[in-house]
Parts: sequence; C-alpha cells; structure tokens
Amino acid sequence: MPIEVIVKTVFILLVMVVGLAPVITWIERKQSAVMQDRIGANRADIAGITVLGLLHPLADVFKLLSKEDVVPTGANRILHGLAPIIAAIPALIAFAVIPYGGIYVFGDYKLSLVAADPDWGLLYIFAIGSIATYGSVLAGWASNNNWSLLGGLRVSAQMISYEVTMGLSVVGAFMVFGTLKLTDMAIAQDQTFRLLGFLEVLFGLPVPVWLDWIRLPAWGIFYQPLGFVMFLTAIMAENKRPPFDMPEGESEIIAGYHLEYSGMRFGLFYMSEFIEIVVIAGLVATIFLGGWAVPFVSQETIINIISGAFNRDFATALCMIVHFATFMLKVLVMIWLQMALRWTLPRFRYDQVMDLCWKILLPLSIVNIFVTGAVLLVAKGSS
Amino acid sequence: MSVPIILFYVFAALAVTSALGMVLNVRNTVASAMSLVVTMIALAGIYLLLGAYLVAVVQIMVYAGAIVVLFLFVVMLLNLRSDSFAPGRQWLVKTGALLLTLVVLSELLRLFAVGMPPTPAEPTGFGGYRQVGIALYTDYVLLVEMSSLLLLAAIVGALILAKRRID
Amino acid sequence: MLPLHHVIGLSAILFVIGMIGVATRRNLIVVLMSIELMLNAVNLAFVGFNRLWPGTAEAPALDGQIFVLMVITVAAAEVAVGLGIVISLFRNRDSVDLEEVSLLKW
Repeated sequence: MPIEVIVKTVFILLVMVVGLAPVITWIERKQSAVMQDRIGANRADIAGITVLGLLHPLADVFKLLSKEDVVPTGANRILHGLAPIIAAIPALIAFAVIPYGGIYVFGDYKLSLVAADPDWGLLYIFAIGSIATYGSVLAGWASNNNWSLLGGLRVSAQMISYEVTMGLSVVGAFMVFGTLKLTDMAIAQDQTFRLLGFLEVLFGLPVPVWLDWIRLPAWGIFYQPLGFVMFLTAIMAENKRPPFDMPEGESEIIAGYHLEYSGMRFGLFYMSEFIEIVVIAGLVATIFLGGWAVPFVSQETIINIISGAFNRDFATALCMIVHFATFMLKVLVMIWLQMALRWTLPRFRYDQVMDLCWKILLPLSIVNIFVTGAVLLVAKGSS
Repeated sequence: MSVPIILFYVFAALAVTSALGMVLNVRNTVASAMSLVVTMIALAGIYLLLGAYLVAVVQIMVYAGAIVVLFLFVVMLLNLRSDSFAPGRQWLVKTGALLLTLVVLSELLRLFAVGMPPTPAEPTGFGGYRQVGIALYTDYVLLVEMSSLLLLAAIVGALILAKRRID
Repeated sequence: MLPLHHVIGLSAILFVIGMIGVATRRNLIVVLMSIELMLNAVNLAFVGFNRLWPGTAEAPALDGQIFVLMVITVAAAEVAVGLGIVISLFRNRDSVDLEEVSLLKW
C-alpha cells in the first residue's frame, strides 16, 4: 500500500537522517574528547545557554551554508556540482531495506517496520555500495587538481576492492540463515540455541540434557564471528572513515577528493559519511546482532507477557516500541564502536589497505565460506 | 496505464536519452561514461519490471559498479581531455544515422503491427536468486566453470598488457 | 501487462545507437563503451524473451537470464583486456585517437 511506504520513508528520513546524523557529529566530538581526556567543543550557545555542545551540529550547518561556493577554474562545473549529490544519494537510499522492527499482526493487518522488503534485500545493499564509488571518483576528477586526482584514484581502488570482500564475508551468514531478506534474517535471530550443541552435531558426543539450559541468542555474531569482523572491516573501508581514510588523508594529499569543495557541497560529503555510519550500524545490527530482537525473549513471549494485563492489539503495539528501542540501542552501540575504532587506529598506508583486502580478508572470507559450508553439511547430515 | 507500464516508459526514455548522450557527446569522455552508467541503471530498472531480479542486481553490481568504474579509472589515468568527430566523418554520421533509423523504424513498425503473444503470468520465484542459482549449478555448471577460466585468462592478460616493462 | 514488443523495440534502438557510436567515434574508449551498450541491448532482448516464456513454478525456464549472466561475465573479461590494450597503446603512441593508429590502412 503506497501510503504506508510513504509514511515509513518519511519516518526514516526524519528519525535517522535529520535526527540521528547531526547527533552523531556531536557523539564524535564528545567521544573523541572523552577518549583523549579533553572537553571537546562546547561553546556554541543560544543566548548564553550551552547544552553540552549539542548546538554545534546546528552551528555547523549555518557555517557551511554561509560559506562561499568556490568552483575551481578549468573544472567541469556540471560534474563538480553533481559529485556531492551522487555521493549522498546511495547513503540515503540504503535505508530502504533496513528493518527497524519485525512483522506485527493487528487483527487482519500485517505491519512490517521496513520500507521495502524485497527477497534480495542484502544484494540491494551491495548494489548501492557499488554505485557509491562514483561520487568520490567524480569529485576527484572534476576538480582539476593533482591532489584531488590522486585522491580519486586511491578512493576508486579502495572502494572497488572492498566491495568484493564485503560481499563474500556475508555469504557465511547467508548460508546459515538461508535467506537474503533482511526481515527474515532478523526473525531467524529471535531464538536461542544450545551452546554445547556443536559437540553433538559435529563430533557426535551426546550432550546431557541437564546442560541444555546453557543457551545463547541465535545471533549472527555467534554463528559467524569471523564473518562479523571481516564485514565490519570491509564496510568501514567502503565508508572511507579512518583508519581507511587514505583517499582524504589530511597529512598526505591535503584532503584528496574533498579538496576543492567548500560550503554546503563539502557539507554534503561530510553528511553522507555520517549517514553511512548509521547505515553500517543498522546493517551490522540486523545481520549479526539480531536486529530488533531482544536477546533471550522472543516476540511471542513479549506479547504474551504484556497481554496478560492489556488487550492483544495494545500488547502488539507495545512490543513494536520495545523492538524499535532495542534496534536503536544496538545501532547506538555499533556507532560507538565505529567511533572508538576511528579515534584509536592510525591511518593505513595505501599498500597496507590493498594488502589487507586482497591478501588477508579475501582468502579468509573464502575459508569462512568453506568452513561454514562444511559445518552445515555435517549438521544437516546428522539431523 | 498501471504503474509498472508508466515506469517502463520512464526508464526506456531515460535509457535512450543517456545512450544518445553517450554517443553524441564529443567534448567530455567522463560525461560519456556517466551517461553509460545512467543507461545501465535504467536497464536494471527495466529488468526489475520484467521479473529478472538477480540479473538486475548483478547488472548494477558488476556492470554499472565495476566495469564503468574501470573505464573511468583508465580515463582518469590517461588524463584524456576532449575529442572530436573525425574530419571526414560528418557525412557518415548523418547518412549512417538516417539509414539505420529508417531500417530500424520499418522493422519496428512491422513488429508492432504483428505484436507478440500475450505475456504469461510470472511464476512464483521466477528470476529470484534461488531458482537462478539452482539452474546455474545443475544445468549450467559447465558454463560457470568455463567462465571462471575465462576470467582467470582475462586477469592474467590484463596484468601483462598493462604492466610496466621490467627492464 | 508490460508490452513486450516495446521491450524488444527498445533493445533494437539501443543496439543501433551503440552501432553508430562504434562506427563514428574517434576515441577508442568511447568505442569500447559503445560496444558495452550493444551488449546491454542484447541482454535486454534476452530478458524480454525469457519473460515471454518463463516456464512454470516447478520447471522454470531461466535460460535467458543465465545467458545474460554469461554475457555480463564475458563483457567484464573483454573490458579488462580491452582497457589493458588501450593503456599499452597509449604508452606506445601517446594517443588513443583512432585516426592516428591507422598503420594497417593503405
């Protein structure tokens, strides 16, 4: 029903993009300040009331809007102006398939909290990641500047290398959950599994029944720990955030492909990086951290507990809110993790980045697929 | 005039416009490459409308996301600037285009007059990754193996051709 | 339903545009891109015809889409080797203009 899709799209844009992305710039400033034992930016105020620096994102927007828009001579004006838009669009449309809630049944009406749920949802994310290359590459070319060209070449090499690893590292999770639909992946993580079950499945050792209470939530990170690490690395490299920010290395090539952009055009590049942080957090939360599922408490249990006191529809609505809050909590944890990684690790060199992708992550992801396939074969064969 | 049919005409117009922009644009090679990307994305949209979901995603991932990036890479590496139509070729463009348009138009008019059989309903799971994957690895597994050999040959060939001489 | 003869017509138009590009452009890279456009037009025809005869849910006939996947693979390999040729040509002659690399013409 189109009105439903429009409402969900508006909600996503309001909450995630307009609401969360500026807050993330504040989180970055404050988290880096806490990690580096300083106070951070806290002087932006309205009539003398500073709110811990929460007005700084607003001040940033005003500053960027009021700057002069410089287009270098000899640069292609159309491509120069088009590049920030092409960089921002993939970050925005990737939100369409990320589920921030499950499927709730209100009488005879099924509400699923995801804007679009195609059967090939995860492939859509990879396609979007492929398109995202063009914004940065065009920015590097269209600026008529040697440093920008170097940055553009570096960024195209980095992004197309890490796309391959990004795809292969999730194949293990795809094999375990058996579906590419992100909603179904999150629903499959809504249960628990016996921790010692692998002994019975792989080695045939009988597990005593009284040890069955040791259970873990069936999250992707417990099924695929190596896949989680590799996917996080690859998708952070796609986002060009430090430690993978050698295309825009400030000390080497003077901000690379960002160089000739000022004012709101640079603001668009900057914002698209932060929006992609939210996309990465949402994706990793959905595939590996159980999405909107509360650990150890399945959706049925929550609804049954609440409908002891209220009626069923209200219980479902309350469960929806609980799930959404859990999802946002996991997203915030992933954002914190990305910020911590950004402010801890120094920048990788160009050859180190390429080595990491082709010589370490790619063979490891193929080994991961092989081992996952072998374990699944033995598990399906014995059950 | 349902939404899929309107979307098809929008994508078709976009594809033809950007294809013309790619071929007729003489001044800027990078702009030609970007027009090619727009054509490929429009074609991927048409594949989605035709029910070929995996093919559409593979088109964007491989064609628009890797092959044209390779073109852009080479254009940036060689720092190619502007171009022009060949000096003696202006008449060739005009007569060739006219002839081809006439031929194609006549064939198309004949096709539209005859029409095609009505489109059957789309079977469940058609064009999804499951069925295409099963078909690839049961009926067409030889093709998959041969394409892996082909890609290996292409990688080795491209490396040798583009490597600097180690003298 | 989607008018399939319009899909085939679009495929023909794109193929013709690609042919014009191959025949008249001087820049070798644009000629390669026009070849890619022709391959895309052929892919569209394959997918269109596959939609016309999709088989059933139990016995799907996905030959057209398998063909398209193979065409995309071959196009990727061809672009890689073709651009390698372009780079080595540029290194030797400092130009990718087809009017200047015409040694075989008499």
